[in-house]
Amino acid sequence: MLDFIQQLVSGIALGCVYGLIALGFVLIYKATEVVNFAQGDLMMLGGFFVFTFIGLIGLDYWLGFLFAVCGMAVFGMATERILIRPILGYPQFSIVMATIGLGYFLRSIAGMIWGTDDLRIETPFSAGVLKLGDLVIAHDKLSVIVATVILCAVLYAFFNYTRMGTAMRATSENMLAAYYMGIPVKRVVSLIWAISAAVAATAGVLLAPITFIHSNVGLALGLKAFPAAVLGGFGSIPGAVIGGLIIGVIETLAGFYLPQGWKDVAPYVVLLIVLLVRPHGLFGPSMRKKV
Amino acid sequence: MRFVFKTDYNQDIRLLKHSGYWWSYGALLAVLIAFPYLVGSYLQSQIVFVFIYAIVGVALIILTGFTGQASLGHAAFLAIGAYTAGFLQSQGISFIVYFPAAAIITGAVGAMVGFPALRLSGIYLVIATIAFAFIVEEILARWESVTHGNEGMRVRTLDFLGQPIPRDSDAFYFLCLLVLVGSILLALNLLRSPTGRAFIAIRDSETAAKSMGIDLAGYKVKSFAISAALTGMAGVLFAHKMSFISPEMFTLLLSIEFIMVIIIGGAFGVHGAVLGAIFIVMVDPFLTALKDDVPVLGASLATMLGMAPDAAGKLRETMSAIGSAAGLKGAIYGLLIMMFILFEPYGLYGRWLKVKLFFQLFPLYKKATFKRQKTYVKSERNR
Repeated sequence: MLDFIQQLVSGIALGCVYGLIALGFVLIYKATEVVNFAQGDLMMLGGFFVFTFIGLIGLDYWLGFLFAVCGMAVFGMATERILIRPILGYPQFSIVMATIGLGYFLRSIAGMIWGTDDLRIETPFSAGVLKLGDLVIAHDKLSVIVATVILCAVLYAFFNYTRMGTAMRATSENMLAAYYMGIPVKRVVSLIWAISAAVAATAGVLLAPITFIHSNVGLALGLKAFPAAVLGGFGSIPGAVIGGLIIGVIETLAGFYLPQGWKDVAPYVVLLIVLLVRPHGLFGPSMRKKV
Repeated sequence: MRFVFKTDYNQDIRLLKHSGYWWSYGALLAVLIAFPYLVGSYLQSQIVFVFIYAIVGVALIILTGFTGQASLGHAAFLAIGAYTAGFLQSQGISFIVYFPAAAIITGAVGAMVGFPALRLSGIYLVIATIAFAFIVEEILARWESVTHGNEGMRVRTLDFLGQPIPRDSDAFYFLCLLVLVGSILLALNLLRSPTGRAFIAIRDSETAAKSMGIDLAGYKVKSFAISAALTGMAGVLFAHKMSFISPEMFTLLLSIEFIMVIIIGGAFGVHGAVLGAIFIVMVDPFLTALKDDVPVLGASLATMLGMAPDAAGKLRETMSAIGSAAGLKGAIYGLLIMMFILFEPYGLYGRWLKVKLFFQLFPLYKKATFKRQKTYVKSERNR
């Protein structure tokens, strides 16, 4: 029984990692209906940023954290301006491909600049565990869980209760109408890319002690976080986190109880089954277009 | 500019629109047939890869370009074709049998993937095909009695009715050429038939197609099956060309490469598949040149322009360091995708059409002819 709970807890920790990256996917999708396949690579870049600030320049952890998040927010804005704005309004698949291209590009450039070795940084969460009876949770994993819950709550409130959040939802429904209503659509889109890149950077920094910093880490995690976002129903913030939790728990339990090989496939099998039953994910809108 | 005055429908759907087509395509075919006798073995082998990629490109153009169903799982179809060929060959079955068998099996799997596509659209379909590709990759790695797992599988020399066709021979080149020409003709004929018209209608508007009485389910499954079957045939050729196959050759990155073929070539015409395939396959020789020839050339050019010899030597070293940097291929791929989507969304074939039209209409060419319409009223979510 304890084994099961321990696995469940580490599954939840892993799921929060996926959820945190999936949040970034969902944010951009929610505001602009763009699917950003480079989200995992933005996270990877955030990790490298924090390594540069802490490992190379030697800043304090929290200061480096702040700089990395701000740096990535600027980077996200720049990406939106250069790559996404000119093709906004074209078919969804071309934008998807453009972001896949961006991911490729970032991965090799990061590999060229920072090398291909595993990099690591010292963080306040690196050592130390939390003991609850017989249950053991490492601090670095706990930090991910806490950050995911906080970010999810803050972003949910932002989207549902602030003027800017409402403007973003309006932009997502119909850009032209939002523009006529006086919403600064360009600024909204810019802002959402900045927020999304900042969330990705947060994920990258918190993951740095767990997965280490490597140019391919974004691809691997992004490919798991993406099903998480889809499972939750693209465009739902709590859905992203719940989707991430489901994927994470299934992966961990499958790795523990099922024969070797199931660990990597089980999340995708579950995803396919869910999509067959609910084509728009668990929490996605189930409306149909009317003529 | 030649103006063809059309008087009936058969004239409109004719593949060779006027006598000029006979000349140009005849000349192209003649050049392709003469190629093995003109170029070295390295280039010939690259051209065989161009043919294989082009077959997959044609398959993707049928599915993505004409039916509007995105797929990032075509590497899995290629893998199924390749492994079917490898396994059946090792059971002593002849090429004549396992070549069509691979196409049929892959086509059946494609139809199975097509069924979820009836309910999924857009991004959900993309992720479903990715999930499918992952599952296939894992099955290939685990089903050791058939696929030999991660160790990979050797594929013996192609045996055509007792006649061995080694992978470097001219005969293999002609076989690939034959399959490519066959699949292009198939695609062209399909696209001018009622089935092809239905595909295009589904791409343009599912709702409109449905109200015209088009059976969405049937045609989507058909499109997936045809595309998968073509890719399976390419897989057989791929297996024989590589002579060794293992699961890690058929990853998501290969699927992305296939999508790149049609993005770079242009997804709205079959020409695009061939142009894109040439472009993608030739990135590798280009990179080799960048590593070996360009630094030497640059250095000697610099010396000629009056640079000091040791400075020129340093320049050569820097250039060769850039050329051989790890992951340069990824950066080039990424840049290519972004550049084409930003600046030439119609791909190379679109560029060719623009240049052609420019000269045909000479002083009257308008840029706006090829302008795409942007839609800011998003409805993808509610489809």
